[in-house]
Amino acid sequence: MWYYEKKLQYPVRVRECNPTLAKYLIEQYGGADGELSAALRYLNQRYSIPDKVVGLLNDIGTEEFAHLEMIATMIYKLTKDATPEQLKEAGLGDHYVAHDHALFYHDAAGNPWTATYIQGKGDPIADIYEDIAAEEKARATYQWIINMSDDPELNDSLKFLREREIVHSQRFREAAQMLIDEKDKKRFF
Amino acid sequence: MHQRDYHPYISPFDPCKPIEKKTYSTPPHLFLGFQEENSPQYKSAAEALKRGTLWPSLYDPYS
Repeated sequence: MWYYEKKLQYPVRVRECNPTLAKYLIEQYGGADGELSAALRYLNQRYSIPDKVVGLLNDIGTEEFAHLEMIATMIYKLTKDATPEQLKEAGLGDHYVAHDHALFYHDAAGNPWTATYIQGKGDPIADIYEDIAAEEKARATYQWIINMSDDPELNDSLKFLREREIVHSQRFREAAQMLIDEKDKKRFF
Repeated sequence: MHQRDYHPYISPFDPCKPIEKKTYSTPPHLFLGFQEENSPQYKSAAEALKRGTLWPSLYDPYS
């Protein structure tokens, strides 16, 4: 089970009303390499992976939900007072007719989230390597969003999230090495 | 910002103004291997939070 702390992992400040940026950010909300995909992937894979890396998937999967609500907060702040006209100009007219100002799990192009974005293959090496790739893809997505954004305060939060992808990738790489190294074998250098 | 660059072929018939140098990100974790125990941490928790990692050896600025 989980305990919920009623605060964000890292503060989210948005300087200006910019619904177009929300359209791009939603890629990290309901996109293939977004935070929802990440959280559900890791928290599902953890059941059928060797004990020594279960805790890692548990911790990182949990943190991904913390990232998900940071992204949600950004999108909410960027759109909450936008008029239908402003949303239309931002390319969010299609979103508005289906969801009003509600958030929804789809990517920047409007494709709804699907479980086919993630995999639980049951092979520990295959699963951890997928996780490493997922972190690098999410890191790259953050870079492209930062490149599209000129909001310095929002970018500060996005850079934090990008750095977390790097740390997670590092931990998954270490996990892969732990699974590859022979169990209990002494290593001599 | 850790990055590599390369120079793609530029055709005399390319329609857009060529970008002569292309770059891609190569953050420090690609080179770290297993992180050493007790590797140095940022002095304050506030700084670590700001950077998104406890360890300077894993930090990659991006702008």
